[in-house]
Amino acid sequence: MEQSTVKFYQTGTFTVGNRLLAPEQRSVQAGDQRRNSLNSGHRACQGCGEALGARYAIDAAMAATNGQLIAANATGCLEVFSTPYPETSWQMPWVHSLFGNAAAVATGIAAAMKAKGRSEVRVVAQGGDGGTTDIGFGCLSGMFERNDDVLYICYDNEAYMNTGVQRSSATPPAARTATTMPVGPNPGNDFGQGKNVPLIAMAHEIPYVATATVADLRDLEYKVTKAMSIHGARYIHIFVPCPLGWGAPSQDTIKLSRMAVESGVFPVFEAERGEVTGVRKIRHQIPIEDYLRPQRRFAHLFGKHPDVATIALLQARADRNIRRFGLLD
Amino acid sequence: MLEQCEGSHAVAKAVALSRPEVICAYPISPQTHIVEGLGEMVKSGDLKPCEFINVESEFAALSVAIGSSAAGARSYTATASQGLLFMAEAVYNASGLGLPIVMTVANRAIGAPINIWNDHTDSMSMRDAGWLQLFAETNQEALDLHIQAFKIAEELSLPVMVCMDGFILTHAYERVDMPSQEQVDQFLPPYEPRQVLDPNDPVTIGAMVGPEAFTEVRYLAHAKQMQALDLIPQVATEFKAKFGRDSGGLIKTYMTEDADTIVIALGSVLGTIKDTVDDLRAQGHKVGVLGITSYRPFPISAIRDATVKAERIVVIEKCFAVGIGGIVSRDVRSAVRNRPQPVYTVVAGLGGRAITKDSVNKLLLQAFNDKLDLLTFLDLDWDIVNRVLDREKSKRRSGPVAEGVLRDIGTVASGAV
Amino acid sequence: MEKPFAITLDVGTSLANHTGSWRTNRPVYLSRIPPCNHQCPAGENIQAWLFLAESGNYEGAWRKLVEENPFPAIMGRACYHTCEGACNRGQLDSAVGINSVEHFLGDEAIAKGWKFTKPAVTTGKKVLVVGAGPSGLSAAYHLAMLGHSVTIFEAGPLPGGMMRFGIPQYRLPRNVIDAEVQRIVDLGVKIVYNTKVSNILETKQQGGFDAVFLAVGAHIAKRAYIPAADSAHVLDAVSVLRSMEGEDKPLLGRKVVVYGGGNTAIDVARTAKRLGATESIIVYRRNREKMPAHDFELEEALQEGVLVKWLSTIKQAGESSITVEKMALDDKGFPQPTGEFETLEADSVVLALGQDVDLSLIEGVPGLTVQDGVVQVNLQMMTGHAGIFAGGDMVPAERNITVGIGHGKKAARNIDAWLRGGVYTAPPKAEVAGFDKLNTWYYSDAPKTVRPVLDIIRRQSTFEEVQGGLDETNALFEARRCLSCGNCFECDNCYGVCPDNAVIKLGPGKGFEFNYDYCKGCGICVSECPCGAIKMVPEEI
Repeated sequence: MEQSTVKFYQTGTFTVGNRLLAPEQRSVQAGDQRRNSLNSGHRACQGCGEALGARYAIDAAMAATNGQLIAANATGCLEVFSTPYPETSWQMPWVHSLFGNAAAVATGIAAAMKAKGRSEVRVVAQGGDGGTTDIGFGCLSGMFERNDDVLYICYDNEAYMNTGVQRSSATPPAARTATTMPVGPNPGNDFGQGKNVPLIAMAHEIPYVATATVADLRDLEYKVTKAMSIHGARYIHIFVPCPLGWGAPSQDTIKLSRMAVESGVFPVFEAERGEVTGVRKIRHQIPIEDYLRPQRRFAHLFGKHPDVATIALLQARADRNIRRFGLLD
Repeated sequence: MLEQCEGSHAVAKAVALSRPEVICAYPISPQTHIVEGLGEMVKSGDLKPCEFINVESEFAALSVAIGSSAAGARSYTATASQGLLFMAEAVYNASGLGLPIVMTVANRAIGAPINIWNDHTDSMSMRDAGWLQLFAETNQEALDLHIQAFKIAEELSLPVMVCMDGFILTHAYERVDMPSQEQVDQFLPPYEPRQVLDPNDPVTIGAMVGPEAFTEVRYLAHAKQMQALDLIPQVATEFKAKFGRDSGGLIKTYMTEDADTIVIALGSVLGTIKDTVDDLRAQGHKVGVLGITSYRPFPISAIRDATVKAERIVVIEKCFAVGIGGIVSRDVRSAVRNRPQPVYTVVAGLGGRAITKDSVNKLLLQAFNDKLDLLTFLDLDWDIVNRVLDREKSKRRSGPVAEGVLRDIGTVASGAV
Repeated sequence: MEKPFAITLDVGTSLANHTGSWRTNRPVYLSRIPPCNHQCPAGENIQAWLFLAESGNYEGAWRKLVEENPFPAIMGRACYHTCEGACNRGQLDSAVGINSVEHFLGDEAIAKGWKFTKPAVTTGKKVLVVGAGPSGLSAAYHLAMLGHSVTIFEAGPLPGGMMRFGIPQYRLPRNVIDAEVQRIVDLGVKIVYNTKVSNILETKQQGGFDAVFLAVGAHIAKRAYIPAADSAHVLDAVSVLRSMEGEDKPLLGRKVVVYGGGNTAIDVARTAKRLGATESIIVYRRNREKMPAHDFELEEALQEGVLVKWLSTIKQAGESSITVEKMALDDKGFPQPTGEFETLEADSVVLALGQDVDLSLIEGVPGLTVQDGVVQVNLQMMTGHAGIFAGGDMVPAERNITVGIGHGKKAARNIDAWLRGGVYTAPPKAEVAGFDKLNTWYYSDAPKTVRPVLDIIRRQSTFEEVQGGLDETNALFEARRCLSCGNCFECDNCYGVCPDNAVIKLGPGKGFEFNYDYCKGCGICVSECPCGAIKMVPEEI
């Protein structure tokens, strides 16, 4: 899916940088003059995947647009931890309106720039899974349908984390949240159909849809850069673990993202106008248990009497992703 | 230039003359003709540069305006009734952020029961949200107020709601004097934002403010509205100088200087009231009319001064507060506090019921003798009301109230109740 | 811009919030010892010279290498590279070809004529080295680089010791030895040939030497009692291999039997093949599993047609045959006679049963202790007699070239300290960078490059070098397979994965620094550092 395969340079393009690679071949994050669009001093938890994902994405977007970028942010963790009066961590123009309207606010900004003839200024809308898949869904769909020139980035940590880890429509089955406690005959979140917003975005036939994780920085940057080269409605869905909400150690954030990809839980792909155009193949497949075990939100599936049936169901869902997207060679 | 046109068209034209850069619209009766008119003007190229966005809900409409206004574009939208409520979160957000958006509210009743006709319940539901609220009496004033609204909003950095009675003004054909583009350009300069999203000078807008600063922020919103009490008359004066007519301002008085009884109201009903007052004056009654144009900020001093000599005040309002009584009258009461004048609340015209000269005449005659209840529902059919109340007392499964009333009125074929 | 109070904020204001106060643990950069360095008997800083080689700086890499070991070209051919056995990459796909890269660097140095840099200051001290084998030469090199005046007395006519007289040419070409020794001589080290020391104390005093390093090696072949007819042709491996260097090659006949299971036995067997033996058979009393020779040496030998008679001992040697008794391993792994005999045709029998040290030169030296045929030394490589140090095959240790070279270096440093009146203290050892400290996800999939191997026919008939070297592309590829265990190689991962921008990039070659004002101690940097160069330590309150 990347633009070119890199000759063997020890770590190739797996790492953020590589002293053996020419600077322009390294990631945006490797640059010593990187913008740090989301700068230090924010109040995210230790090891927050969203803080990392946001810096990755916005730095890449800033690089791709030569700094001519405005962001609209939904209410949520990202907004709260980055802009508590009197401090803001954002280094570029940024506005927060409400929980469910990030896509619409971004539409407005884009319209303003167009009316003013400032076509070089681009717009990004950001929200968590709650603000995107649930309360912001209407505005998101409207923005897609109108093909407004907005890149919408969803940071998916699979629950309403900011308000105390409640279930959202992005919460995976069997996961513990404050509103899907691991008690009773069906502990954790229900097994439903899920709500695959990337696929829904594809159904709107917008010019570009992609999924990414914080474990593969180069891929994420490539996708954001590619998105910024396109005009019209675009959507990127980034998987960002939440150590606090998932009950995982703070240092495992990137590792968990990697495992989500390698187990098939989170397919990484890109699509244009409703057709999948590329997938990130699984490099070393792992069973879903390896992914579930380090997270306390799945702890009730393990222990003295492991819930083998539920784990098998989760494995089946991962296997389905693998088949559906062709994630294994 | 003089034109004979629909009220909505006049407003659309006035908005277009004000050179908005972003218009976002979701259709709802009775605002539809305004946004349709503007949409056509943008699509044909008559209004440019301007982006017209067909949004998927009113919540999106105001949100788009918030985004565009924060990015420095002059932004406009319109709604009514249910739509205003659906965007309620955004209404507070726009004023909280201090964005000079102008929005037309084509006043309409709020359901349930669903009702598309005029009253002031919708605007009143948002009276405390921090927007300025200006009420137009005529189609001319409606178009004039929009031009003034952009100027006021941008000077204060606060959003302005221009309220005009749905159907009565929006769909009525009247003669109006439409200004020229040059006139409007001279009166209304391009938008200079106080805060703007600009990559060349980045800021963060919309921070989370905690207990240590929230009170100050809210007070500042109030302080700005207090500034508006000076600015609104000032703009009206400037408008008169430029366009040659009285329009806008805080209040308008008619024969109030020697009046014993002053009738206070908002919007188009003032026309009916003034006609009735003419008749009563001819019969020797000393009665006058005070029209409130600026409902927010509420012109306490102006009203207080204008009513200093009156013996009584009658407030005719197209809204009421369930469980307590009048809305406008309570605000008026606070303006005339510590005075012995009784303030009579008359709730009239709800859901588009016509307010007739005849009813107003009878009402005022009662008022002159202080024979009016403190709270009156004008032209209420007590039979129907009592029938429903009795039915509810006698039966548990008394049925939906609205349908029951309609049946009683006989507009619906009766079945077993 | 006149901003509304509180709702609108200026860029950069979050920097006032020092989130570093949240920490209970802090990350620190550290250098761990890579297992290759840790394992190398010569103490080479392997990771460091691979690091330099990776960017194409071969001279830099060579100079780094020779800080510890002056013989990379020799090492690349004769070292048993236990570093590769310890290499963490072996647990990922296959070990880095450290030996092949060393081979390449050594050859580059010879081809490009790179020389050692003479030290600026001389100490005026004189040191005698006895024996110009790997250990002695290594000591001489290090002592010379420390500014001392060094003289080597070598009993033989040429330098190299076992490198020349024990390892066959097809493993270690002589011009390579000559080139690497010449470089040391060019530093000012004097080698006096054909000079056997008979009394060390006398020699020391006569020469006015301030200290002595003994490295005479173990040249005396061990013999076993085998009943042999007078006409039986029984030789020892040491003299056979030594005589390969002379004008007259040994005459071993068509059928050669080599008795023994070590590397020397294999060397002799392969040499015999090249000398024209139609049959070259190793007779070893135990089985392949127990055989002390390195497996790859045996493999090469087998490929060349050498035969092995396992679990056999020689009972008797005759003119043209030997009698062999079959052995069986008991439950403790020791061979026990079975009573079954066999006759093997043999024109000659070469005994490769181990070697002893010629200790005549230290007879009578007070303070010295000899035990099990080797000289005892302390941790400073000094014998019981002050000022007399020893190393290599003549002290208790594993016997191979690399160990010897390591002894030479260690002894040199200790001698240097001793000459200044002190004791050499090595810097404290850091923790070893075990495989569990790495995050191997980040290393590209890349299997090991294999050095080209001479084809069989040529191997059987000539003494051309069997294992060739890598060319530059392959060497670079191989060097880049190094995981850089425990040592930062500036991959920028820590700089990139910190959610709080709390890592400062100091610049190419300068590494990174933590910004403890903002670091929350989450530990992602530790987790995602591919080479384990960061660790978390508890915050001091």
